[in-house]
Amino acid sequence: MIGRLIPLAVFLALVGLLLFGIEWNKHHEMSEVPSPLVGKPAPEFTLPLLYDSTKSIARRDLLGKPYLINVFGSWCPTCQFEHPILTAQIKPLGIKLIGLDWKDQPDDAKRWLAQFGNPYDAVITDQDGHAGIDFGVYMAPESFLVDAQGMIRYKRIGMFTPETIKNELLPKIAELSKPAAVSP
Amino acid sequence: MANAALALLLCCSVAHAIDPLQFKDREQEVRFQNLTRQLRCLVCQNQDLADSDADLAKDLRKQVFDMMQSGKSDAEIKQYLVARYNDFVLYDPPFKPGTLLLWLAPGALLLVGAGVLVNVLRKRARQPVAETDTGEDW
Repeated sequence: MIGRLIPLAVFLALVGLLLFGIEWNKHHEMSEVPSPLVGKPAPEFTLPLLYDSTKSIARRDLLGKPYLINVFGSWCPTCQFEHPILTAQIKPLGIKLIGLDWKDQPDDAKRWLAQFGNPYDAVITDQDGHAGIDFGVYMAPESFLVDAQGMIRYKRIGMFTPETIKNELLPKIAELSKPAAVSP
Repeated sequence: MANAALALLLCCSVAHAIDPLQFKDREQEVRFQNLTRQLRCLVCQNQDLADSDADLAKDLRKQVFDMMQSGKSDAEIKQYLVARYNDFVLYDPPFKPGTLLLWLAPGALLLVGAGVLVNVLRKRARQPVAETDTGEDW
């Protein structure tokens, strides 16, 4: 008798699994690849400033204070959507905001920032995309929260939304005063 | 003769249509092709690095090529990419605690299936032959 219920149980288990999948997918982006760099030191970089290519900013120049690197490009439509959120909601947080103009022409980037406004404290350029590879960037926008010791504490893949700022970025900024969790 | 030359020209132009990479020899080119087929493009995630036309894939191919030229082994190149992009860049995921389920689930399911099959066959063997059986050989 119990044997007859087994197919039903298997069926119900399958239904449960599929429902779980639907629910899980609502809150997760399948194409997101978790970065192995979170919890590790930010990679070394020395990149020229967009507005004065004779000067550059290196990783060591930024040590001492936490900062948020936002990877963007004038060619990136999602960056355009993220831009007003950066300006209105992230800039007021007071954390140093570094724009990393990724795989872009400096003139295009300048025009883009002139048109939409420049929310960044500094903009550095990575024209050949090499620094992007070191950061494991694979799309734009992406953002990295780096602490005063130069450790990457959080990575956002895709644009910031009011929800992700509230649920992810703000708690991570609040945790900055604590030492970084040791990553395996 | 002219046809052969033309065919050769066409074939070469196709082979180099994606990136103008100057391989040292045929062996290195084959190695490059094999390696980039084992690496996943992060942008269009169902394509390998050899196949993808995404801009990032071009950059990563160039990176793989440069590392090969400077004498890095396949394992070192893979390690370089995994350090930045996770195991996800490997089409063949490594066997480790996080991937146990991935590697073992198919075998486990096969065993479960075999168990069910054996169980059913044993039950059938115990049951008397059905009355409708005419005994004819089909």
